[in-house]
Amino acid sequence: MTTEYQKPLPKPDQDTVPFWEACKRHELIIQQCKSCRSYIFYPRMFCPVCLGEPEWVKAKGTGEIYTYSVYYQIYHPVFADDVPYVVALVLLDEGVMITSRIVGVKPDDVYPGMRVEVDFLDATPEVTLYQFKPVSK
Amino acid sequence: MIAKGQYAICGIGVTAQGRLAGRGVIGLAAEAFKLAIEDCGLQKKDVDGLLLQPGVGMMSGMGMGWWKVAEYLQLEVGIGSDMQLGGATAGAMVHNAMGAIEAGLANYVAIIYADNPFQMGPGAFALELGQWDGPAGNFGASAPYSMAARRHMHLYGTTHDQLGAIAVAQRAFAQMNPGAMMRGRQMTLEDYHNTRWVTWPFHLVDCCLISDGAGCIIVTSAERAAAMKKPPVYIWGIGQAHHCYLDLGQARLDVTPVYATRARDSGDKAFRMAGVDVNDVDVCEFYDCYTFTVLNQVEDYGFCKKGEGGPYCAEPGRLGPGGSLPINTGGGELSAWYHQGMTPLEEGVWQVRGEAGERQVKDVNICLVSGNGGIMSSHATTILSPHPS
Repeated sequence: MTTEYQKPLPKPDQDTVPFWEACKRHELIIQQCKSCRSYIFYPRMFCPVCLGEPEWVKAKGTGEIYTYSVYYQIYHPVFADDVPYVVALVLLDEGVMITSRIVGVKPDDVYPGMRVEVDFLDATPEVTLYQFKPVSK
Repeated sequence: MIAKGQYAICGIGVTAQGRLAGRGVIGLAAEAFKLAIEDCGLQKKDVDGLLLQPGVGMMSGMGMGWWKVAEYLQLEVGIGSDMQLGGATAGAMVHNAMGAIEAGLANYVAIIYADNPFQMGPGAFALELGQWDGPAGNFGASAPYSMAARRHMHLYGTTHDQLGAIAVAQRAFAQMNPGAMMRGRQMTLEDYHNTRWVTWPFHLVDCCLISDGAGCIIVTSAERAAAMKKPPVYIWGIGQAHHCYLDLGQARLDVTPVYATRARDSGDKAFRMAGVDVNDVDVCEFYDCYTFTVLNQVEDYGFCKKGEGGPYCAEPGRLGPGGSLPINTGGGELSAWYHQGMTPLEEGVWQVRGEAGERQVKDVNICLVSGNGGIMSSHATTILSPHPS
């Protein structure tokens, strides 16, 4: 691969550095509150339910498409070759939702309830992105 | 506690709408202000409060919009501020104006929305929402509303024909609104189906317009309003509810499904204050960033059950001109102009005053005006009437 990755990359902050570091290891991690045991995503300094202290846990990496939209409009020129593409709310098996690109399936074949699993895209030597694809049979 | 009918809207000013090449956003705000005081016969010095919703064209300069407008007009005020709750702002500004007057901080509060997004070029509204959305290719507001609509379709069988019925009804109203951007461009359901996709399941015409322009509304006590040039538009009920998820994934599914606005809680408060219910409503002016937002509010306000909004809106003879429940009688944001929450408020004022011309709904006693913002985070309800009680 000689072409440089052109699309937006995350700018992690203190709350999210461990998440993006885990992506580099091809691991999906989320948080769980030490006090009330709620699962938490996106990462935070405090549990949004009880303000307790979150700890990082490895997510199963599987879930279902809660809902989705298919982008036809090109909002950013670097996505011009991608349309139509699917962005979904993935309801992880732990019960939190994560917004993600859905790959490995035609937009017309996506449906709410579709089982998906995490997939990783090594965008640059420094940054790995998460995306989801239909579960492999 | 403020009671029903103690406050009123006494003045309104709305500039031209559309592509207004070269028009500065502060000047647009000032023009709307001038039109509003002329409408009700106030002098500039009478206005002692200014609340502004800066549009996207005013986001630079640390959002110092209201200072710039007050400076441009050389206003001396007892209360002034920018406010930002997206499409719920106009309603919330009316409510805050009432509170400020009740507190003795002002007598006449001007609330203004002004924007010139056409002059910012493409992508003005496609704000990138941080480290999660950008990498996923997720931009702007159309996709989250599309996702909400897709879930609704999945659960309740809502169809494109039903969303299209809303777009077609509002387009018909726009033909009777001299200022509407879509006047002269009639649309059938077939035309609706033939427009391009933006973010499926939304066609282009499921989405609101964008417009350069400004609107100003002046709020005062009912007593003062009764002594002025134009008939008072009495405020019977107000309500707000907020449960914030700009990121749709932050919705707590047990409490706030992604396919619901906060209209239920906001509406309950406003209806209780007004002492009326949905059966008393003669005309609705709903915030309509998308067709689906209208469908959602019809359910959330309780005109029908959750899930029945599709068939309800598509029922022949319901929404459009001459319908049993006219909604967005000026064409709304889908077909007239996009002033965030000001568009429905402006049309509500004209309908209650009987100034809506060809599109006037007969015998308006109760007008339900909504605002919705921050995807579906915030809701503001304002119930208007030509009668003091």
